[in-house]
Amino acid sequence: MTRLVYDGSFEGFLTCVFEIYERRLQLAEIVRATLFQPLLEEEVLRIAAAANKAERVWSGLKRKISRESRNDVFKTFLSELPDMERHLLEFIGNAFQSPESVEKDFSNRATLYVSQTARKVHREKHRMEAFVRFQRTSDDIYYASIEPDFNVLPLIIKHFKDRYADQHWIIYDRKRAYGIRYHHDSGAVEEIQIKFEENLTGTFLPESAVAEEEPHYQQLWQQYFSSVNISPRKNTKLHVRHVPLRYWRYLTEKRNK
Amino acid sequence: MFCLVDAILQAFEAVMVWERVQEKLSILSDAAKYDVSCASSGSNRKNTNKGLGNSSGSGICHTYTEDGRCVSLLKILLTNYCIYDCLYCVSRKSNDIKRAGFTVQEVVDLTIGFYRRNYIEGLFLSSGIFKNPDYTMERLVRVAKKLRTEHRFNGYIHLKTIPGCSEELMKEAALYADRLSVNIELPSEQSLKSLAPEKKRADIIKPMKYLSENIQRFSHERKLIGNAPSFAPAGQSTQMVIGASPENDLQIMSIANALYKTYQLKRVYYSGFVPISNDNRLPKLGTPVPIIRENRLYQADWLLRFYKFSLKEIINEKFPQLDLDIDPKLSWALRNLDQFPVDINKADYEMILRIPGVGVSSALKIVHARKFRTLGWDELKRFGLAYSRAKHFIVCKDLHSMPRDLHEEKLRQAILGQSKYAKSLSPQFSLFA
Ligand code: SF4
Repeated sequence: MTRLVYDGSFEGFLTCVFEIYERRLQLAEIVRATLFQPLLEEEVLRIAAAANKAERVWSGLKRKISRESRNDVFKTFLSELPDMERHLLEFIGNAFQSPESVEKDFSNRATLYVSQTARKVHREKHRMEAFVRFQRTSDDIYYASIEPDFNVLPLIIKHFKDRYADQHWIIYDRKRAYGIRYHHDSGAVEEIQIKFEENLTGTFLPESAVAEEEPHYQQLWQQYFSSVNISPRKNTKLHVRHVPLRYWRYLTEKRNK
Repeated sequence: MFCLVDAILQAFEAVMVWERVQEKLSILSDAAKYDVSCASSGSNRKNTNKGLGNSSGSGICHTYTEDGRCVSLLKILLTNYCIYDCLYCVSRKSNDIKRAGFTVQEVVDLTIGFYRRNYIEGLFLSSGIFKNPDYTMERLVRVAKKLRTEHRFNGYIHLKTIPGCSEELMKEAALYADRLSVNIELPSEQSLKSLAPEKKRADIIKPMKYLSENIQRFSHERKLIGNAPSFAPAGQSTQMVIGASPENDLQIMSIANALYKTYQLKRVYYSGFVPISNDNRLPKLGTPVPIIRENRLYQADWLLRFYKFSLKEIINEKFPQLDLDIDPKLSWALRNLDQFPVDINKADYEMILRIPGVGVSSALKIVHARKFRTLGWDELKRFGLAYSRAKHFIVCKDLHSMPRDLHEEKLRQAILGQSKYAKSLSPQFSLFA
């Protein structure tokens, strides 16, 4: 068994796939560096991400599977699940080997895994598009912090860029310690890292950091949320199914509740 | 010294303004909440030249109420003052409640403030009728116009059209709004007469017809000339109050079906009546809201629109009432056992969709996957269909020889006996699987 260790980037992962084919490795496993634990009696290859190699794998996939299915591959990768590399490697292998398209062969284990995992990630993306709550800061930035189950920031950029094109905004993933920031002047999104003061752990910014109107809007939204409720129809189970408890901490309407 | 007092007074006034808006919001969202429509889908408004917002494809539910309904729009009344006296409505003239009214600017600010914080997809604005229909409608239109022109707002706007307003105002509304709705209110003319004496069926149908004709004309023109103006691009919808009057489900579904066919409505919403007074023409206070019935109507509506069922198959003179214990799809299957079992590996997509326990997504997986190999139970289970229900209706690789009991009453009992069944009562999403 050969284990290929990479840096955790998508490019790094695809480079590993390239190496496996290039070196004709029969029994190989791809492991991201953060999960790597050395075992005895095995060969370990440290693989550095290489754009040209990754690109070759990706364009190879373009000939074999649809854009939709390639998106699924990327989404599965973003799931960061511990066994996703294994399934992706198998799926990509099937795609290269089979003369016909394998992406709809749901009775194949790898295909089903990729399609189901991609769906989970997609659902998380959709949730973030719904549950992000911006707070307007005193310097007119709309700031939101999130801690998604999967690494979905790359997937939500387009949505927020299209929608809030005339705003200056930041969405920050506190779990993965990076964020995306858009400025209406440049019209571009960049990746950023923020050093937070130690006491700043929650989702919400302290009153000293936000615009004067901000607490009022938060309060209005809370008012709205409680007014639209029809209490004879209360159904907590249904409510929690749609808004799982772990997301409550982002939500302005649940703040201080 | 003087300045200080001034400053304090100003700050005080600012707080007062916020508090007043909050009070209005509490009254006017409370009054609007019985209007069930929350959809923000069906429009495709791009954010051009760096304006604010867009609406595309399926709208987002930004949160859910504690009773489990989707919140995607800021849904409020402009005012709950009303000159009419519809019995089933909290805002009716004779009801002794707190009244309030927003200014046009207040609604605009709330919408923008909420939208920029990603609380909502847009605005759903309705109103009680003050002074007269045109006076009211004119203000609703002004809100939409301000949002679109002054704020370059491309989010979703749904306006209620006020029955009896002029065609010019309706036309203007359609230029700014994504969707317009005219509520049919009650399932029969008779009920309308007794419960909403000032409203006439004709006043409701006429604007529907007008909108339907123009929506089609404009969308046709837009296809020919790209930059022709848009006219309510997300179409029109309507709402019916269920359970305030004696109509059966057959009458209700027949109206819905006719509205879909005749006026190309995008959605018909069914709103289970929440008792609000002790008037003896209405269900008494404390009568439970017909939540299950409402859910069955939505499911039936869904079958009509997405599962290619005809009205007659779902409900007819022989079965004029939807079954409350089981969903209408299962109900149909039990009445038509001669069409089962269905061979998963051979039947066409439409028939597979009709199998109880199989939803759209598992049906699609089945028809794709069976091209590669004959499907057995192992595969089916992984596609997420509900075995305990579906097994009674399926033939697949492994289930050929299974003895099955295709007797209506026995099957019904067997399925009803299963845990969880019939518990999933979502008002908006039909759960067939
Ligand atoms: S016209 Fe509308 S707001 Fe006025 S009482 Fe009738 S339903 Fe209520």
